[in-house]
This record gives sequence, structure tokens and C-alpha cells, in this order.
Amino acid sequence: MSRLNAANVTLANEIISHYPKKKSALIPLLHLAQEQDGYVADDAMEHIAELVEVTPAEVLGTCSFYEMFKRHPVGTYMINVCTNISCQLLGGEELLHHAEQTLGIRPGGTTDDGMFTLEDVECIAACTEAPCLQVNYRHEYRLSTDDFDRLVADLRSGKRSDIPAHGTLGTVRQHIPADRRAGIKHPDDEGTPAWFASRQPAES
Amino acid sequence: MSSHTNDGHTNDYVPHAPGYVDNEGPKVVTSRFTYEDSFTLERSLATGGYDGLKAALAKSPAEVAQEVKDAVVLGRGGAGFPAGVKWGFMPQIWPRYLVVNGDESEPGTYKDRLLMERDPHQLIEGCMIACYALGLNQCFLYVRGEMPLAHERIATALNEAYAAGYVGKNVMDTDVSIDIVLHWGAGAYIVGEETALIESLEGNRGQPRLKPPYFPAAKGLYYQPTIVNNVETLANLPWLMVNGAEAYKTMGSEASPGTRMLAVSGHVKRPGVYEVEQGVVTFRELFYDDNYCGGIRDDNDLKMFIPGGGSAPWFFEDQLDIPMEGRTVGAAGSMLGSGALVVMDETTDAVKAALRVVRFFARESCGKCTPCREGTSWEEKVLQRILDGHGRPEDIDLLLEIGTNISPGTYPVASFGDAGLDAVPFPPKQTTICPLGPSSVAPITSAIRRFRDEFEAKIDASADGGVAAVDAESEPVVAAAGGH
Repeated sequence: MSRLNAANVTLANEIISHYPKKKSALIPLLHLAQEQDGYVADDAMEHIAELVEVTPAEVLGTCSFYEMFKRHPVGTYMINVCTNISCQLLGGEELLHHAEQTLGIRPGGTTDDGMFTLEDVECIAACTEAPCLQVNYRHEYRLSTDDFDRLVADLRSGKRSDIPAHGTLGTVRQHIPADRRAGIKHPDDEGTPAWFASRQPAES
Repeated sequence: MSSHTNDGHTNDYVPHAPGYVDNEGPKVVTSRFTYEDSFTLERSLATGGYDGLKAALAKSPAEVAQEVKDAVVLGRGGAGFPAGVKWGFMPQIWPRYLVVNGDESEPGTYKDRLLMERDPHQLIEGCMIACYALGLNQCFLYVRGEMPLAHERIATALNEAYAAGYVGKNVMDTDVSIDIVLHWGAGAYIVGEETALIESLEGNRGQPRLKPPYFPAAKGLYYQPTIVNNVETLANLPWLMVNGAEAYKTMGSEASPGTRMLAVSGHVKRPGVYEVEQGVVTFRELFYDDNYCGGIRDDNDLKMFIPGGGSAPWFFEDQLDIPMEGRTVGAAGSMLGSGALVVMDETTDAVKAALRVVRFFARESCGKCTPCREGTSWEEKVLQRILDGHGRPEDIDLLLEIGTNISPGTYPVASFGDAGLDAVPFPPKQTTICPLGPSSVAPITSAIRRFRDEFEAKIDASADGGVAAVDAESEPVVAAAGGH
């Protein structure tokens, strides 16, 4: 339960500056909150509401629509097994079943030690590499049940330092230096770009 | 080699995601795919990167737009609408926006992620060309949340491109200034629908907007004129600007020039993402030729295939010789959609496969329109009970009737030669705002028309004591069969 920390408020304001209207930054800011705490805390949603100047209810309305936003703590590793058609054809459901047995949880559940949360997810765009899954949204391809066991063992023993904490989306962010910016303005303050007018034929 | 991260650490290069197959044939959008460092600015510039933007800036915006129109660049996201014509729908009103649809999540689709991960500069260049042609200075690149590598590589590429003067203020030392902003999705298939994408980009729940206006070109982001283009569509523009519309039209068919990225998954020997000339190569060649998938696994018989993503009605042996392009596939009762082909061999259970696709739509329905919200979950429920051995004789008709409530009239289907049934051309009609609900009808109509006997066998087995139900020892057979 926490608001965004000072460093993230700075980052939040930079993100907000990328959009013509503040509310457009809502989803990226929810990701930022989830990156900070591993889930989207109520206080963080209230803080985001202040930053983008909408009501907390509007933030909750958006947050609750999207599958990636978790409003309660989840395991250290979120394991999302795809069972959609391409994966189903090549053993995705069997892989999920094996994951349930191995971890002792159903999709949506978290292991008692707080290590793993399991999800049964829809297509994650790796269909030629079925069956596949994601760990904290990082892809693993063509997994046998043995591969799954090895993955779980590696995660437990800390061998997968390449997989960041849940909530970390990209490890690189876009930064637009002030002197390189074309100029993002509120729609009311924006007109036809000067370069366009000068480059079009007189009568079009 | 390293890249900057949020906390100041450096990352070694993450290897490419697998899937792309470097087959014989013209390469428009995958020319850099085999380089390990294909996503870097150095590699891009060493292989003609940003030459297309340079060529575009030497022309007037109207000339660039005309080139795209002349080349007949069909949209690669699903509907296959010509990009140049779509652009022409924009009224002379400013500000206007370009929104790039990188929310790839149609079942079976795996191409935009590769384009974003392996060649982000090509996409950025394509965005810049489109912005220039449309006379706008703000572009938003909406990338699916579940694709962190795509985010990282696009963010890095944008940071490089801003610093090197290919994006931002005074592009390539001209007076042209354009911003591109990378935006993060958060897990919602429906956001691939363009008005839902716009709602999402405004910070709202991703629900489609009521039509009319039919095209966001009239009223889109912030109710200003907006073009929404797919990643692959825009990735075609650099090549087009360098080589011209005439050269572009030497590839593919007359109605569908150029290439398509096609992801073939399921029961083939060599699943993969292939760049293929449109309207030239047939499904049979794609599935069986050594240049592509090399045949069905274990040399099994083909049972059915999905030609264009989970939303597409199924095709069968009869349709194998159709050349792959929007027009021919549409006339034959389906769509090439998002270029996602899912191949199913003779071992596949048609009811189970239909259920899985339907379950996807039931889970992803945004809940705005009643026929879809209620209908998709009923379809799932009825299919599930047939599969579980609790089907009722009236269930087949019930499934078809639910479908009619979401998509009235005769639903698009492939011809069925043996039964003397003709094809019903695409697209379906709809009682809903967007095509998600009607898409859920595709697997049901396709499977029932072709494999009604499989549905009946499962239902018959339930009626005379329930073979499937007896198998499930822990199931309370009597209570379940009694229904509610």
C-alpha cells in the first residue's frame, strides 16, 4: 500500500509530458505503480488520480479492465501458460495441468511460499513455438514437462536473474530530450504544422 | 554491447525470439531479420535504414500519400483495407494523429512482435513517412503490454533515433518536426479494435466506440482525425519510398501487391513466420512445400485450418489451392486477417478446437454489447457440456441460434463439396458494435457444418448413459445430466 515514491513521481511527470492530455498517461502510470510495488496498490491509484487530474474511481475503472494489472500482491514469479488454439494443439493444456500438479495451485492461485502465481492465459504471440509460457511476461518456448520442472527449479534457485521482478515491463524507457522534442501540445493549442502548409502545393 | 536500463545497469543483448524462417522469396519487411544486431541503429543505417524517410522528405506530403495509394498497400492488421484510401478519409482538420496498432493478440498471430523486436527502426521510419504524408506531428506507438522485449527495443531505437535526428525536432536537418511516443498496453485483446485502441490511449477502459462515425479518420483520438495503422502496414513504407510503387507492384498479385508476414502454427513439420508474396502462393504450397512448412507432421492428413486468426472461419482440404490474398480468401468464405494460419491434422477433436477458440472470445468480450457479452459465454457453456459428455440433442441448434443473435443471416463459411454446399463470402453481419462477438460464431459454424457427426456422436454418447460422463468418475453424473 503505497503512493509513488519521489523518483517515480519524477518519472510519472515525464511520462505525462509525452501526451497531449494527461489522462492518456494513465495506463503507463499504472504500470509504473505495479513496477514499484509488484501490484497496483489503492494508494498508488489515488496518487495517480491526483497526477493526471481525474477521480480515483476513474483510475480504478481503467485499472480493473486490463488483465495485466493486479490489485493484490502476487507471487515473485507470475507463470502464464498459454492454452489458446496453437498451444492447445501441441500440448498447452497438458503443460498447464502439469504446472498445476507441480506447483499445487490452480490458475489464479499463488504457492504458499509466495514464489509462484499461475495463470491460464490467451495467445501470447509465439504461436510457432508452442507450447509456450511467460514468466513475469518473459517468453519461454516449446516446453516439455521436463523443461517446466527445470524452469521452476532454476527460478527457485535464483538462476534466472534475466527475469526481472513482476511489474517490470521494459527495462529501457523512452526519454525525449527537451531540445529534441517537436512539441506535444494540448489539442486546443495545436494547429496545422507549419512545415506541412509550406510543403503542400498551393491548391490541393 | 550494452543498453541503458532504468536503474543504470547495463544489459547484454537479449537474443532474438525464435520463429522467423528465412525462406526463398522477395524480402520487403524482413530484410534485416537474420542479423543478430538487426535492431540497432548501426545495422539499420548500414543496410539502407532511413533512406525511405529521406526520399519521402524530398517529395511533397501529397506525393508521398499518392505513392502509397498507387502501390495499393493493403492493411495488414486484419480487415485488409488499403492504407492510402484510409488516409484519404481524413478531413482537413488539425490537430490530427497517427496511432500505430501494435496490440497483436489475435490467436495464432505472431508477426508484429517480430517486426517490432527485430527491426524497430524500420517501423519508426514507416511511422515518420506516414506522419509526413498525413501532415501531422504526433504519433503514438501502442505496443501490447505482454511484449517487454518489443518495448525495450523500440524504446532504445526511439532514443537513438531522436538523438540522431531521425525523429523529433528538425528531422534530418529539415523544417519537419514529428514526435513519436511509445505507449504501453496492459492486456486486452479488444484494444486491437481501432476505436477501443483509441479509448485505451485516452486512459479509458478499452471498449469500442459506437459507430458512426465508422472511421477514426473522421473522429478518433481526442475526437480529432486519427489514422490507426497496423505495424506491418507501416513497416512496408520505407521499402516503398526507396523503390517506388511500380516496383512494389511487381510482387504479389494485381489486387494485393507486395508480401505478407504469415505465421504458420499447429500441426506442420516446420512451423514458422514466413514472408510470402500475396496472391501468388497457395495454402497448399505454404503447408507442403519445402521452401515453407514442409508438410503435415507425421505425414498425417489435414483436417482443417484457420487461414487468418481465431476470428476467421475455418478452411479444409477443398480450399488448399486458393492463392493467399484477401480477395480470394474472402470470396471463399473466410479471411486472411492477421496472417495467422493454424493447421490441424486428422487427430484434432473439432469440438475441442472450436471450444478453445470460442472460450477466447468469451474471456475477451469487453461486455459493452449484450449479444456478445451474453452470447459468447453461452456458446462456451454449451460447447463445454457437449465436450464433457453432458450434451443435449437440441444443443447443436441452440449453438447456431445463439450465433444468429450475434451475427444475423447466413454466416460466412467455406464450400463443402461433398455435401454440395456453396461458400458464403466474408464478412459476417453483426448486431454488435465491433466484430469480436461475430468472430466467436466462426469456429462454431465452421465446425458444425463440416463435422456435425462429431458433435452428434458426443451428444448421443451422453444421451444413452453418457460414455464420456462415465469416464469422469468424480463427476456427479445424475445431477449434471439433469441440467439447471
